[in-house]
Amino acid sequence: MANLQSDFVGIKSPNPFWLASAPPTDKEYNVRRAFEAGWGGVVWKTLGMEGPPVVNVNGPRYGAIWGADRRLLGLNNIELITDRPLEVNLREMKAVKRDYPDRAMIASIMVPCEEEAWKAILPHVEDTGADGIELNFGCPHGMAERGMGSAVGQVPEYIEMVTRWCKMYTRMPVIVKLTPNITNVLYPAEAAKRGGADAVSLINTINSITSVNLDSFAPEPMIDGKGTHGGYCGPAVKPIALNMVAEIARNPATADMPISGIGGVTTWRDAAEFLALGAGNVQVCTAVMTYGFKIVQEMISGLSEYMDSKGMTSVDQLVRKAVPNVTDWNQLNLNYVAKAKIDQDACISCGRCFAACEDTSHQAIAMSEDRTFTVIDEECVACNLCVNVCPVEDCISMVPMDAGATDPRTGKVVDPSYANWTTHPNNPSATAAE
Amino acid sequence: MADNEFTPGIKAGRLEHSAYAAQFSDLHPPLDDHEALVAADRCYFCHDAPCITACPTDIDIPLFIRQIATGTPDAAAKTILSQNIMGGMCARVCPTEQLCEQACVREMAEGKPVLIGQLQRYATDHLQQQGIHPFTRAGATGKTVAVVGAGPAGLSCAHRLAMLGHDVVVYDARPKPGGLNEFGIAAYKTPNGYAQEEVDWLLQIGGIRIETGKALGKGSGAGLTLDQLKADHDAVFVGVGLGGVNALGAMGEEKDGVSDAVDFISTLRQSTDLTALPIGRDVVVIGGGMTAIDAAVQAKLLGALNVTLVYRRGRDRMNASPFEQDLAASKGVRIVNHAVPVAVHGNGAVREIEFEYVDGTMKGTGEMLRLAADQVFKAIGQTLQGDGLPDLDGRKIAVTGAGRTSVEGVWAGGDCASGGDDLTVTAVAEGRDAAMDIHSALMG
Ligand SMILES: Cc1cc2nc3c(=O)[nH]c(=O)nc-3n(C[C@H](O)[C@H](O)[C@H](O)COP(=O)(O)OP(=O)(O)OC[C@H]3O[C@@H](n4cnc5c(N)ncnc54)[C@H](O)[C@@H]3O)c2cc1C
Ligand SMILES: Cc1cc2nc3c(=O)[nH]c(=O)nc-3n(C[C@H](O)[C@H](O)[C@H](O)COP(=O)(O)O)c2cc1C
Ligand code: SF4
Ligand code: SF4
Ligand code: SF4
Repeated sequence: MANLQSDFVGIKSPNPFWLASAPPTDKEYNVRRAFEAGWGGVVWKTLGMEGPPVVNVNGPRYGAIWGADRRLLGLNNIELITDRPLEVNLREMKAVKRDYPDRAMIASIMVPCEEEAWKAILPHVEDTGADGIELNFGCPHGMAERGMGSAVGQVPEYIEMVTRWCKMYTRMPVIVKLTPNITNVLYPAEAAKRGGADAVSLINTINSITSVNLDSFAPEPMIDGKGTHGGYCGPAVKPIALNMVAEIARNPATADMPISGIGGVTTWRDAAEFLALGAGNVQVCTAVMTYGFKIVQEMISGLSEYMDSKGMTSVDQLVRKAVPNVTDWNQLNLNYVAKAKIDQDACISCGRCFAACEDTSHQAIAMSEDRTFTVIDEECVACNLCVNVCPVEDCISMVPMDAGATDPRTGKVVDPSYANWTTHPNNPSATAAE
Repeated sequence: MADNEFTPGIKAGRLEHSAYAAQFSDLHPPLDDHEALVAADRCYFCHDAPCITACPTDIDIPLFIRQIATGTPDAAAKTILSQNIMGGMCARVCPTEQLCEQACVREMAEGKPVLIGQLQRYATDHLQQQGIHPFTRAGATGKTVAVVGAGPAGLSCAHRLAMLGHDVVVYDARPKPGGLNEFGIAAYKTPNGYAQEEVDWLLQIGGIRIETGKALGKGSGAGLTLDQLKADHDAVFVGVGLGGVNALGAMGEEKDGVSDAVDFISTLRQSTDLTALPIGRDVVVIGGGMTAIDAAVQAKLLGALNVTLVYRRGRDRMNASPFEQDLAASKGVRIVNHAVPVAVHGNGAVREIEFEYVDGTMKGTGEMLRLAADQVFKAIGQTLQGDGLPDLDGRKIAVTGAGRTSVEGVWAGGDCASGGDDLTVTAVAEGRDAAMDIHSALMG
């Protein structure tokens, strides 16, 4: 079995699966049970300043969207940072770390944007034996209204400044957690780097309203007739998170900065995808809030089996494996031609591919009297929509055309060479091909 | 000592009195809200869906299931009922495993179709239990139409005509409307008086008058003639079903204890106290269709010790679907194939019935089978009854197009008319289509 041992900015854990800073890591009871279940590390629920803790609402704090069978696809929350006193959290962290020295324990911190506030809290955290800190610049609701969380994360100068303070006042590795509620994730990532961050973690939750109560006419989750935007997470945000991770991983200025991948990780496969796109480890929140701590067993067995099948012996061999293949649109090979092909044995004749292609695409699927569905190569542009709407896995495949064959749609012979938009004759600013 | 299942002869009250209700409860209990959502989620919303094609009334199944899935079951019910006004009954009695659910692509994919019938019932129950009738009548046309037979065909025709603004009089020979919904369908498929409830709900449209105890071409007094009906109305629809039954042609068939399965079922359906309904200890049912299965199963449910269903051909040739055959087997009915009755033995009342095994070409093999029997039910097919009817095609009224008969101004549909399967849903479809055709004929 592949060795899943992980070393993230010098922090060791038996596997690359950490729990993200959130309710699952809000207290000793949870974290002990998470470690017993097999989680490699935790980022403790975000700590605030000394003094009276924040208060949460006393009504629903989560909203959700569901797929078939009420499978939870997206969760949103209006929860704040930990609502327990700082001393209690610190005491519990120390106790847990003492009993689980082989697991990673990171302290997530959010205090006001003042040097004194950071300087004050860091020694206390260090005293718990924590392996590192994560700066919560992401929380999009509540804390942001008070000038913290994403209010900081949206201003690169602040990120740089706070990161620098932390590097100054602690020897612990500093991970900067980024908010996705920005236009270009590279600005905050580069700022973190300039401030001396050891790593970034992303994404935190996305500003969202999950639904509207059509009887009370208020957003959900609704507190006494009113609602507010919350932070969105879970399987639905994975594509957004993957893209942001990939952007940082392939940006020359940030490519060497370790990334902790977060956002919708639900299965070993999701984790493997984050790793391949440049994350050094992953953090999980919604999936455990949906299914409990036990899912880590599937993540461990699934990732090991996958790595074995690829002949990989350590996690680093998977990390960044897909990064070289992430490129800009204008670098895609326009000479590549594929056609959809329907496996008639697998097809159950539901006609969804037909409806999709006929009504909204290229009229490239034919339907016969007896409900046989076939691709019309003369029309198919290989857009992949039929593949995406087909309910049967692997029923429709995209088959590349061999070089030298004639594409019946364009009448052109498939060219074996590579040619992209930058040299395309239709591009007004094309650079002449050599 | 009270009678029990071992008591010989035809006896009532073979079971504990408290057991009857459970024996005759709903075959498929209704889906609750959660079950309905789970079931609805499985529908793929197929393009030009094969399930629609397979439904004789062409209900837009993907649409109504999507309406259930999105929390609007009353809208779903309206989608169903606008195609099939007896969508509630059909949801209970359709052999879905041979119709919509057989065609469902998930039957092909996983051998587990979307539960179309049960979802249909969920939606129609939801609407009907609130007493809502979602249709209104168009402006009065001043035309009147006579409908003969208040079964599914006649009632479906009447409803559509009333909706289009015509006035309708429905004549039925029986004391109650509903046809076989009321007198024929197995009790466990439509318990709790649903057949009459549905008729009452259907009549909420208005413009339909029901006259019971009025038979076409029968007797003198109450007898109606086609000519008279034509003279009194602008059009006539005949939906009299198949009132007669075929004879066995076996020696001794007139003995006590030998009767028609449809009469047994009709008595059972009208019984208000099943504990008082007598049933034999050793029951033999002859036939291979739905009627035979229903008689056999219900005999068993009443407490008969041995119930044997004997059919002259193989299982694959039985009109009862594999689902119905399995149901019978699961209730303890023994099915014997390839045997024909040759003699009924007994002194006054039947004691034994004798069969000869036949080969694939129905030729006798000389191998005999004797079954103890104190009650025998004949279920070897119903026939059209009546005189003065339009021309026949074989044993049914010949129709072309949407139920047009050989007589100008007279339409026919349901079991009595040629073409289509003898099913409730087919009767509803034919009644509806004839109504549309009558409407265009009357309105030019
Ligand atoms: C025992 C049994 C079980 C069945 N089970 C099922 C099932 O589970 N699922 C299914 O889909 N189908 C089933 N069927 C078939 C289904 O009941 C019929 O196909 C359907 O009822 C036909 O409808 P109809 O309106 O044509 O005739 P009917 O339902 O027979 O109605 C005819 C009406 O006309 C009246 N009538 C007859 N003669 C005259 C006359 N001369 N004058 C005036 N009125 C007259 C009758 O009283 C009756 O009310 C079953 C049939 C039987 C016999
Ligand atoms: C209820 C809830 C509370 C959260 N609280 C915090 C928090 O205190 N600090 C923080 O950095 N992130 C917090 N998050 C964000 C998660 O750590 C994580 O970044 C996000 O949920 C995306 O991961 P996921 O898709 O696996 O849930 C919270 C998320 C949820 C659902
Ligand atoms: S999850 Fe627990 S705390 Fe939350 S509403 Fe339900 S019972 Fe209450
Ligand atoms: S969507 Fe898939 S299963 Fe459905 S008809 Fe098309 S190829 Fe067949
Ligand atoms: S065939 Fe099955 S899956 Fe397709 S629309 Fe009909 S019920 Fe739904």
